[in-house]
Amino acid sequence: MVTLAQLKSGQSSTVVDIQGGRRMADRLNALGIIPGKKITKTSAMLMRGPVTIEVDRVEVAIGFGMANKVIVRPDRVP
Amino acid sequence: MTRILLMGNPNVGKSALFSRLTGVQAIVSNYPGTTISYTRGHMKLGEEIAEVIDVPGTYTLEPTSEAEEIALRLLDSGDIVINVANAINLERNLYLTLQLLERGIPMVVALNLWDDTKHRGVDINLEKLRELLGVPVIPTVAVTGEGIKELVENISMATSPHHLPTTRDERWATIGKIIEQVQRISHRHHTWQERLADASVKPLSGGLIALAILAGSFFIIRFIGEGLINYVLDPLFNTLWSPVVLKLSQLMGGGGFLHDLVIGKIIGGELNFVESFGLLTSGLYVPLGVVLPYIVAFYLVLGILEDTGYLPRLAVLMDTIMHRLGLHGYAIIPNLLGLGCNVPAILATRILESKRERFIAATLISIAVPCAALQAMIFGLVGARGLGYVAIVYGTLFIVWIILGIILNRTVKGFSPELLIEIPPYRLPPWRTVAQKLWIRTYGFLAEAIPIILGAILVINVLYILGVFDAIANFTAPVVTGLLGLPKEAVTALVIGFLRKDVALGMLAPLALTSGQLVVGSVVLAMLFPCIATFVVMFRELGWVNMLKAVGVMIVAALATGGILNLIL
Repeated sequence: MVTLAQLKSGQSSTVVDIQGGRRMADRLNALGIIPGKKITKTSAMLMRGPVTIEVDRVEVAIGFGMANKVIVRPDRVP
Repeated sequence: MTRILLMGNPNVGKSALFSRLTGVQAIVSNYPGTTISYTRGHMKLGEEIAEVIDVPGTYTLEPTSEAEEIALRLLDSGDIVINVANAINLERNLYLTLQLLERGIPMVVALNLWDDTKHRGVDINLEKLRELLGVPVIPTVAVTGEGIKELVENISMATSPHHLPTTRDERWATIGKIIEQVQRISHRHHTWQERLADASVKPLSGGLIALAILAGSFFIIRFIGEGLINYVLDPLFNTLWSPVVLKLSQLMGGGGFLHDLVIGKIIGGELNFVESFGLLTSGLYVPLGVVLPYIVAFYLVLGILEDTGYLPRLAVLMDTIMHRLGLHGYAIIPNLLGLGCNVPAILATRILESKRERFIAATLISIAVPCAALQAMIFGLVGARGLGYVAIVYGTLFIVWIILGIILNRTVKGFSPELLIEIPPYRLPPWRTVAQKLWIRTYGFLAEAIPIILGAILVINVLYILGVFDAIANFTAPVVTGLLGLPKEAVTALVIGFLRKDVALGMLAPLALTSGQLVVGSVVLAMLFPCIATFVVMFRELGWVNMLKAVGVMIVAALATGGILNLIL
C-alpha cells in the first residue's frame, strides 16, 4: 500500500484508508472519496504540488499534504 | 408564496437552470463556486407565482465552507427543492439527494448535463431511478433548455417519500445499491477536450498552456480596449460631444461656478476630457471613454475563461505558489476577479474554507489587485509616458502581492486548509452565457459607477471651492511631499480614491507630474484605501475588527511601497 502522493501517475487504485482529521475526511467524503472507492491518479504537479485524480468520471485536485494522508492499494497491472 | 430552492453540487448548472426557469439573468460559469450568495427570481407555477432561489452549490448538508452554510440556512425556508444533479457523476450527487430526502422536503430531481451522458458512455435507467428514489426525475440540459418544460410540469408533483436519517456509511451503501441497478458505464475513447484537460494539469505542458493563456488574455484585452477607445469612443467624444460641450460653455459664459461644475476648466479654448473635471466632460469621459472599453474587454475574456473550465486548472498550477501566501490554489480565482472589480472578488473569497484564508485573500485583493477601472486609467495616463512605466506599476503591485502574502502567512494566526476541488471538463463556451454575463457585468458597472463618478466630481468641485483640499494638503504635506515626493495637491487624489479610483487617478493628470511621480502616485493610489464599495463589502465579509486590521496593513504597505519607489525612481 502507498499514499496517493506516492502513487504513479496513470495508475488506478482503491482507497484503503484516510488518515487525517475529521475535517479532512468530511471534505473528501463530500467529493465521494471514501474507503473502497476506485480512483485513478491522472497527474501530479512538481514541488509538492496538488495531485489530480479521477473518481467516478470526475477529475478532482487534492493538495499534496492531503494526498499524503490518503492510503491506496494500487491495482495489479494485468 | 411557494418557495422553490434549486439545490445541488457545485457546477452542475443550477444557475443556468435558474435563468431558464425565471428569466432572471444569473452569472453562469464552468467552475465550482460561481454562485456564492443566493439569487432570487419568480416563475409561474400553474396559476400562482412561485419564488425560485438559486442556492450556492453544496456537496453535503454538513457544510465545509461559508457558501455551503448559506445553502444549509436557505434549506429551512424552502417549500420545494429542485435537486439539480450531474448525470455524469450520479454516485456523488446522490449523496446530497439522499440527505435532502431524509429532511422530508418535497423534491424533484433534475438530472442535468444529460447531453453529456451519451459521449461519456453513461447509461441511466430513469424509470428505475424514479422508483428507487420515490420522486420525479427529469433529464435536463439547462444550457440549451432541453427538458425544462417537463421539469416545470413535474414541480407540482414533488413528493417527500419517507427516507429515514442514516449514517454516512449507510448512505454510501444505499447509493451503491441504487447505482448498481440504474447505471451502466461503457468505455469511451478520450476526446480532444479530455486530452487537453490532461495536458493542462501536467507540470510542463500545464505551465506552458497557462503562460500562453495569460499572455493571450492580456493582449486580447488590450487589443479590444485600445481598439474601442481609438476607433469608437474617442472619435465619438471628439467629433460629436466636444462641439456640444464647447457650445454649451459659450452659452454659460465660459466661466463661473456653475460653468466649472458642469463643464470644468477650459484652457485656451481646448477641451481636455480628462483634466477639465466637469460633470459633462470628465464625469462622462472617465466612465464611458476610458473605463468602459476595458471593462467590456476584460469581462469578455474573463467570461470565456470561466466558461471553458480553465480557471480550476490554473488553481492547480498555482497551488504551490499560493501556499507561500497562506492560501491555496483556488484563491487565484477571487484574485483574478479582483482585476475586474474588488467587490465581487472579496465576495468570492467565500469559496475559501477558513477565516484566515479569507482575511489574507481579501487583504491582498484590496491592496495589491487593481480593479479594471483603475487599470484603464493607468493605461491611459501612465501608458502615455511609455509602457515601461506601466510595467513598473504592475511589477511593483505584483511584488507587493507576493511579499505581503508571505508576511501575512507568517503572522496571521490560524490554519489554511489544503486545495480540494473538482475540476470540470473543458467545454466550448456557450456564447449565450458569455454574452449574458458580459451584459450583466457591464450594466452593473454603468449603473454603479456613473452615479458615483458624477457624485465624486460634484464633491471634488465643492471641496475645491470651499478650500477644504488646501487645508488637507497642507496638513498631509510632510507625508505626501516628504515621503512620497509628490506635490502636496496630490493628496486630493488620494482622498478621492476613497470614492472612485479612476476619477482619483484622473486628478493627478493636471498636476504636471514627472513620470516617476506618476508611477508613485498610481501605485499608492492602487494600494491605499480601497474605494468605498470595497470598504463596505470588507466590513460585511470580515467584520470591523479584521477590516481595521486590513486597513492598518494597507496604510503601512502603501506608504512603505510609495516611499521606496520614490527613492528608486
